[in-house]
Amino acid sequence: MSLTLEDVRRIAHLARIAVDENEAADYLRQLSGIFSLIEEMQSVDTTGIEPMSHAQDVWLRLREDEVTEPDRHESFQSVAPQVEAGLYLVPKVME
Amino acid sequence: MQWEVVVGLEVHAQLSTRSKMFSAASTAYGAAPNTQACAVDIALPGVLPVANRGAVERAIKFGLAVGGAINRRSVFARKNYFYPDLPKGYQISQYEIPVVSRGSVVIQVGEREKTIRLTRAHLEEDAGKSLHEDFHGMTGIDLNRAGTPLLEIVSEPEMRGSAEAVAYAKALHSLVRYLDICDGNMQEGSFRCDANVSVRPLGSDQLGTRCEIKNLNSFRFLERAIEFEAARQIAVLEDGGVIRQETRLYDSDKDETRSMRSKEEAHDYRYFPDPDLLPLQISDAWVAEVYATLPELPQAKRERFVAEFGLSAYDAGVLTASREMADYFEAVVKALGGEPKLCANWVMGDLSGILNKEGLAIGESRIGSARLAGLLRRIVDGTISGKIAKEVFEAMWGGVGEADAIIDAKGLRQISDASEIENILDQIIAANPSQVAEYRAGKDKLFGFFVGQAMKATKGKANPAQVNEILKRKLAG
Amino acid sequence: MLNSSLKELAAMLAGKQISSVELAGEFLRRIKALNPVYNAFVTLAEEETLKQAQAADEMIAAGRGQPLTGVPVAHKDIFCANGWRTTAGSRMLGNFVAPYDAHVIERFRQAGTVNLGKTNMDEFAMGSSNENSHFGPVKNPWDVRAVPGGSSGGSACAVAARMAPAATGTDTGGSIRQPAALTGISGIKPTYGLVSRYGMVAFASSLDQGGPMAKSAEDLSLLLNVMVGFDPRDSTSLQREAEDYGRDLERPLAGLRIGLPREYFAAGLSTDVERAVQAAIGEYRRLGAQTVEVTLPNTRLSIPVYYVLAPAEASSNLSRYDGVRYGYRAPEYRDLADMYQKSRAQGFGPEVKRRIMIGTYVLSHGYYDAYYLQAQKLRRLIARDFSEAFKHCDVIMGPTSPTTAFNLGEKSSDPVQMYLSDIYTIAVNLAGLPGMSIPAGVGDDGRPVGLQIIGNYFSEAKMLNVAHRYQQATDWHARMPEGAKAGG
Repeated sequence: MSLTLEDVRRIAHLARIAVDENEAADYLRQLSGIFSLIEEMQSVDTTGIEPMSHAQDVWLRLREDEVTEPDRHESFQSVAPQVEAGLYLVPKVME
Repeated sequence: MQWEVVVGLEVHAQLSTRSKMFSAASTAYGAAPNTQACAVDIALPGVLPVANRGAVERAIKFGLAVGGAINRRSVFARKNYFYPDLPKGYQISQYEIPVVSRGSVVIQVGEREKTIRLTRAHLEEDAGKSLHEDFHGMTGIDLNRAGTPLLEIVSEPEMRGSAEAVAYAKALHSLVRYLDICDGNMQEGSFRCDANVSVRPLGSDQLGTRCEIKNLNSFRFLERAIEFEAARQIAVLEDGGVIRQETRLYDSDKDETRSMRSKEEAHDYRYFPDPDLLPLQISDAWVAEVYATLPELPQAKRERFVAEFGLSAYDAGVLTASREMADYFEAVVKALGGEPKLCANWVMGDLSGILNKEGLAIGESRIGSARLAGLLRRIVDGTISGKIAKEVFEAMWGGVGEADAIIDAKGLRQISDASEIENILDQIIAANPSQVAEYRAGKDKLFGFFVGQAMKATKGKANPAQVNEILKRKLAG
Repeated sequence: MLNSSLKELAAMLAGKQISSVELAGEFLRRIKALNPVYNAFVTLAEEETLKQAQAADEMIAAGRGQPLTGVPVAHKDIFCANGWRTTAGSRMLGNFVAPYDAHVIERFRQAGTVNLGKTNMDEFAMGSSNENSHFGPVKNPWDVRAVPGGSSGGSACAVAARMAPAATGTDTGGSIRQPAALTGISGIKPTYGLVSRYGMVAFASSLDQGGPMAKSAEDLSLLLNVMVGFDPRDSTSLQREAEDYGRDLERPLAGLRIGLPREYFAAGLSTDVERAVQAAIGEYRRLGAQTVEVTLPNTRLSIPVYYVLAPAEASSNLSRYDGVRYGYRAPEYRDLADMYQKSRAQGFGPEVKRRIMIGTYVLSHGYYDAYYLQAQKLRRLIARDFSEAFKHCDVIMGPTSPTTAFNLGEKSSDPVQMYLSDIYTIAVNLAGLPGMSIPAGVGDDGRPVGLQIIGNYFSEAKMLNVAHRYQQATDWHARMPEGAKAGG
């Protein structure tokens, strides 16, 4: 597999990270190196092996349907970049 | 060319839990902004999701009601995308293994029944809301709704046109309310539809390219949006164009759909199993427990109403559209001790009429089932006619009192005394010699004139059957 | 006092030979003297620390003291502590004051320990050298030219330089064990699921696990008794009966079977580290243990598997940092998309961005099966290697890191070289097993060497026993770097 500059731009966009042309070239070099390390995985035949998502083979624990969280928006919003009338403000969202 | 419109629906039903899908914050509607968004809902660093048993239970209930498979193991997955009302930058949903697979819903279109198959139903969390009122050119974000549990119900593309799509949506709406798993409040967004619409030449078995119309929150908008979109696609194709797969928005003010430019970029949601949540196990015992709580469902009730009460399929369908209406109807029949057709006519007619007019739900009716039965009893025993009953009904609605008291106070009791009716009819015959002569000469239509005169003279209180019988005899004389 | 064990400190506190306020004051004084050199702490809140010490003294006076009441503990700046700035070593959270306590912090609070301050770390725990902190690198107290390891480098340095009697850390691919090894202290990463992740800023959810760092195995057992506990707010937290991790400390080691994985003594291991580790194993033989060669054939795959799974989870976990509700927002932007991209580009450092990019790529359309799914399958093979090996031994031993501490800047320009230094620690996280590192000699450069002890699931008490007996027979763990003595 070889990564292209186009891939780097696509990933950066998906990840919402601004990348200029110089940075894109750097990323391409670094990520290509890392992926050459990762490619080693492809040599192993894993047919029939169950993927492992969790370290422990246990089931999900469920919570009872109860409301226990109080209103703490003032405390939470004290660290917000921009707030008005209890709302978080962001640049205009276009639909 | 003849075109066929193909529709598949994705319905998002907000589950009626007290707390959220993955947090213990309240789901109550209408609170001040962000006062019901806890640390988990606003995705503070370090917080973690814990799944709500009540939401899973409601999903099982739905799955059983549609005859779907309840997957004993299902997996929560992350759907990754950036949007300001999505605090974590991903939505926890189910992807490869949903809680419910398959199942079906029977819909009625006119007198015809059709089975619509479901692909799946899965649990997920709702996003917050973006408020576009102007905050110095910025958008405000309210995360109270973020994390509210949703059941996304996905159908196969088996509806042909808007009427079937609306019938399906209504059937699902009725079902979730029967099951008491969703309040069905469409204005508040508790029940929302996305429609996948495509068209193809009639007779083709290939699906055309589809467009998805997002967030239709009324049956009328659903109908209008599908109709507009189908017409648009047909026009494009007949013009030699091609349909581009895209997400569109229905604008109810302009009654049109339009492309959502902001969502045009290729989606790549990068689904993967949520490492914060383990696989969801649903035991046979739990399924059995939920099964035992299932109420009689609309389809079964409809069939029973036809069989047990001799109602038409149409009437049974109307009466079972909501569990509350069906329960009301059955309560009237029970109190009255029979006469289901009379009860059905009154519930679907006068009662529904006034409820609609006043915008009330049947649970809010000013005339309860026992009181309505009290009125209908007087029709059955001949105390009043159906016509007088309407007058009594209105008085009861106005809060005047019970049926019997109104009948007595207003002197509305039906005249069933044969000699009294004979006297009245004699006077009418004597006063209208020319009409009598015409009738006897063969102008049968005049019979109604005499009945009318009798009713006028008695202010509608004369027993119509007796009037008919005696009048016939006298005019024949 | 600087070399006192936690037990000794607790006894002094209980015996009123010293107050918690005095003890905290003494460590704060050392921090102020040494931190300008070592940069181990990113946040101090002296008043709050002394207030907690005051409360601890009152608890002790009222006879309500518990084993660690009044003992100061430094916390890795990845644990949210109510009212404390919690940065995870990132500019993104440079101004984030946590409005709640992590479960770990809550448990330490309930135990009556005193929060001494928040320690430096690689940004979002991504790194093996502590050079990836927005707040500058941490120096190794054994040699200020050397890195302290990472990502819990601040905690490791704080304990090694005796700026704190104990500290907390987190370990996703070796972030407790490797810095412990490189700074000559002891650290344990428990079985996945024992320590709640609630309130721990997430890196890779299926691998992250908190654990203690201290001067000895005995200290670790006391700290583990506090940290481990079921938490209903973490769905992966395990519901198990409480245990005393120090119960078996003194048990003799006769008959202990130590597995030595062939792959951990192969090419890539520097000779001085191997010599020290072999000497430690020789000591174990003298203590009555037997050694048996075992094999972990998929060891070499653990690095690629880890560098797929951890970045994939991280890319998603770090999506919440968007400049909307908290954290860094770029000062200038054209529109919403621009605000996201600039805030994230400016708020995250280079290594974090690299890993987000890797993770985004391996999860993206068309690549999921080849990378993420394949890595999850290999993860199972790696875990199976361990269960096979544990059929033949009670614990596994080997080096924690292939070399002693490397110099600052030596590997920072080459991520691949940096990643390869995690070769012996990563597989343990993938399997979810407990692992620890204890000091076992020094390399040719005089820098510490760590011995790694890997146990089977839930065998922490056994591992601590194994480590403790070694520490009774040797004094590597008691040695203090020269520089730390300068703190007075």
